[in-house]
Amino acid sequence: MELDLVELSRLQFAMTAMYHFLFVPLTLGLSIIVAIMETVYVMTNRPIWRQMTKFWATLFGINFVLGVATGITMEFQFGMNWSYYSHYVGDIFGAPLAVEGLMAFFLEATFVGLMFFGWDKLSNIGHLIVTWLVAIGSNFSALWILIANGWMQNPVGAEFNPLSMRMEMTSFFDVVFNEVAQAKFVHTVSAGYVTASVFVLGVSAWYLLKGRHLELARRSIAVAASFGLMAAISVVILGDESGYSATHSQKMKLAAIEGMWHTEVAPASFTVFGFPDDLARETHYAVHIPAVMGLIGTRSLTKEIPGIAELVENAEARIRTGLISYDALMKIQALKGAPIPEDLQAQFEAHSADLGFAFLLKRYVDDPREATEHQIALASNDTVPTVWPLFWAFRIMVALGFGFIGTMLYFFYRASFRKMEFPRPALRLAVIMIPAPWIAAELGWFVAEFGRQPWTVDGILPTALSASHLSIADLLITLAGFVTFYSVLFVIEMSLMVKYIRKGPYMDVEETDAWTAAHTARLSADNATPAE
Amino acid sequence: MILHELIDIEILRVIWWALLGVLLIGFALTDGFDMGVGALLPFVGKTDVERRIAINTIGPVWEGNQVWFILGGGAIFAAWPPLYAVSFSGFYLAMFVVLAALILRPVGFKYRSKRDSQSWRNGWDWALFIGGAVPALIFGVAVGNVLQGVPFHLTDSLMPMYDGTFYGKFLGLLNPFALLAGVVSLSMLLMHGAAWLSLKAEDPVKGRATRIGTVAGIVAFASYALAGVWLALGVDGYSFVNAAVTDGPANPLHSEVFKGGSWMAAYGARPWIIVAPIMGFAGIAMAVLGLRAGREVSTLLWSKLGITGIISSVGLTMFPFILPSSKDPNSSLTVWDSSSSHQTLFVMLVMTAIFMPLILAYTAWVYKVLWGKVTEADVTENSHSVY
Repeated sequence: MELDLVELSRLQFAMTAMYHFLFVPLTLGLSIIVAIMETVYVMTNRPIWRQMTKFWATLFGINFVLGVATGITMEFQFGMNWSYYSHYVGDIFGAPLAVEGLMAFFLEATFVGLMFFGWDKLSNIGHLIVTWLVAIGSNFSALWILIANGWMQNPVGAEFNPLSMRMEMTSFFDVVFNEVAQAKFVHTVSAGYVTASVFVLGVSAWYLLKGRHLELARRSIAVAASFGLMAAISVVILGDESGYSATHSQKMKLAAIEGMWHTEVAPASFTVFGFPDDLARETHYAVHIPAVMGLIGTRSLTKEIPGIAELVENAEARIRTGLISYDALMKIQALKGAPIPEDLQAQFEAHSADLGFAFLLKRYVDDPREATEHQIALASNDTVPTVWPLFWAFRIMVALGFGFIGTMLYFFYRASFRKMEFPRPALRLAVIMIPAPWIAAELGWFVAEFGRQPWTVDGILPTALSASHLSIADLLITLAGFVTFYSVLFVIEMSLMVKYIRKGPYMDVEETDAWTAAHTARLSADNATPAE
Repeated sequence: MILHELIDIEILRVIWWALLGVLLIGFALTDGFDMGVGALLPFVGKTDVERRIAINTIGPVWEGNQVWFILGGGAIFAAWPPLYAVSFSGFYLAMFVVLAALILRPVGFKYRSKRDSQSWRNGWDWALFIGGAVPALIFGVAVGNVLQGVPFHLTDSLMPMYDGTFYGKFLGLLNPFALLAGVVSLSMLLMHGAAWLSLKAEDPVKGRATRIGTVAGIVAFASYALAGVWLALGVDGYSFVNAAVTDGPANPLHSEVFKGGSWMAAYGARPWIIVAPIMGFAGIAMAVLGLRAGREVSTLLWSKLGITGIISSVGLTMFPFILPSSKDPNSSLTVWDSSSSHQTLFVMLVMTAIFMPLILAYTAWVYKVLWGKVTEADVTENSHSVY
């Protein structure tokens, strides 16, 4: 197989992004769970809750640092590997990234140090506020990065400027309140809360199975199950919301996930199972449930959801109109900044919404205006992402999502109404389930990003055009570097996680008592001398 | 939205050029001493306890400091997209090395003390050394290359292309002038780290840091002076052929650029910018004297002033150029033709005006809470809660 620069760049981005997202969901959820535990401690003043806070915070810290470290790569990789993308949409995409730094990263990173080092330097309330600020900061960062990602899926509030050869922002408000971004944000953070809940539940269940740290484990399960239940329901509802918004913003992605090769009579049926065949463009052994897809996708019984074949025809028409604006753009470019004649400007603007479709031809011909009919047909067909991985990834994710609701519901019931007695098989299941939310989260990102292909920005900029013009050697060196480096870090992280889970909470009674006494003495001394 | 027209685009461009400087300086002043401490670690701490003292002086703050770097990346992306696109892809392998080093650092801080094994801890000490020294060196090398111009050109569609062979591109970065600039930045951050350690640690860590910091400061002073002479005599400057259009569309290809003459012409055109190098020299000299005299707070402040002067002098000398192209000068990125749109610059300025004061306020509060020396007792008695 010939090594292709764009494919290598995609591979590297997918790998580093998915690796980054091994740590992010746990950070999002565990930060809040720790904050909840500390809130209970401050309200009740019972040492067991402080011990729980400190124990889960230790695991949070081991995980958090790799989320931060691998996030550094993400912040710079757009420029390193996707330089044309960065130039082309930086005017819009860069803004939420910068706001993420201003509003979220500074908040979480500045206070996370005090969260770990400040127990002896702050009052109880002061430390609690610090812990909550870390949690809020982490969650804000998810908001802004998903606003950025939401814009790639549904590019609103921007238009193309032929003089600077790029997309420019027309409304920051539209970019921020993009419906796709908002649904994605709640879906993603909820997925993080589920991840952390399943993690806390699984580790606690393991303690119960081993008969260790029972006090800590039972209380942790109570927190995880109630928090996790709300989160699991929220994930599914907002996932549905994402599907609904995809019916008008990303029709092709939706059709591909469904394996809907042709437009059906409304309301469309939902394919629960089947083997999509990308070559034959049909789904073998399909099992349908009537009307469900139409209801989910359009929330009506009469609206149609377009199938893949119809969308390809639509893409071909847009390529042809896109070529008209592309022709105008080339003439504008030749003017080198001189004033643009009105008719040329009008020709460009009439079809500039389809300019991105003309760029799809760049894969086959340097000047899209010289494309043959055959090349136009190829480019139209390129708008179909590979169906079978999307079809399956989506179904596994959804099944896991419902599985989390069931698990959380069960543990919530046992914790609330059955005196925290948990049968051993249920505990074993909880332990085995620990990796499941990570699988679901990674599949979710796969569906979102692979389903967006062949575009980096839907309908605006093709992936093939977005990559930096690096050498294959550059890519191979960094790819090998990242794989080796990240694998080593992963092994180290896992070994520390396991070590600290085995070790359990810090239980030295004498030292705990001594700390409590010193802490109380310090707080009362602080109160006595308010001037200090 | 008409609101953004309240401020003219050329003014917004200058403001964002200044803010770019503020971010880089903010990064150098805060994360700079973290990198300095990392690079000094194997030399100021002979025993595990001594090294832990050094690490714990920055333990609670490095994470917040590092955000200046991340925000720098984000702000360049938002305000100067072509700069973000061209520089990070142009310096591709160098950036990879920087990223790897900067990833090692947080992991090193957090994981080092999680196991008692001495070989585990020694390994992470070297990781922290690399995480401090390598970026400090490479950032300087990058600035040295930017001053000489970088071999890229833009196509008519503004796609960045890099010229030269694979090895030539990477090794070409390591030219003598750029390496000298690397020495300036490394030695200046070593001095800064030493100034921090002398404030936050006690002997013997403090004493060793003071001695190394003095030498580093003298090297920084000398190499900065040498680089200035070299820049004046041996490096081509860049200038616009015609008067610059300051409010035009962000397209570098619309203007013609001449390579030749000297960057130092800037000091003729804007004599007041001499303030920056004077600050640089004075700050470093006073920091060296302060280290020798055992002054703590003022030494750190002088060191900050020196670093501010050195970084500002580069920006002010090059203005309005940001990233000149040595292969195709017309592709050079300048303040006037590589910014974001009027609207984006305005929105981001509003965001910065809201959040930057908040950030400075809570960061100051955190430093206040953490004020005071890190002692041997601090790290031995709290081995469960500190690094």
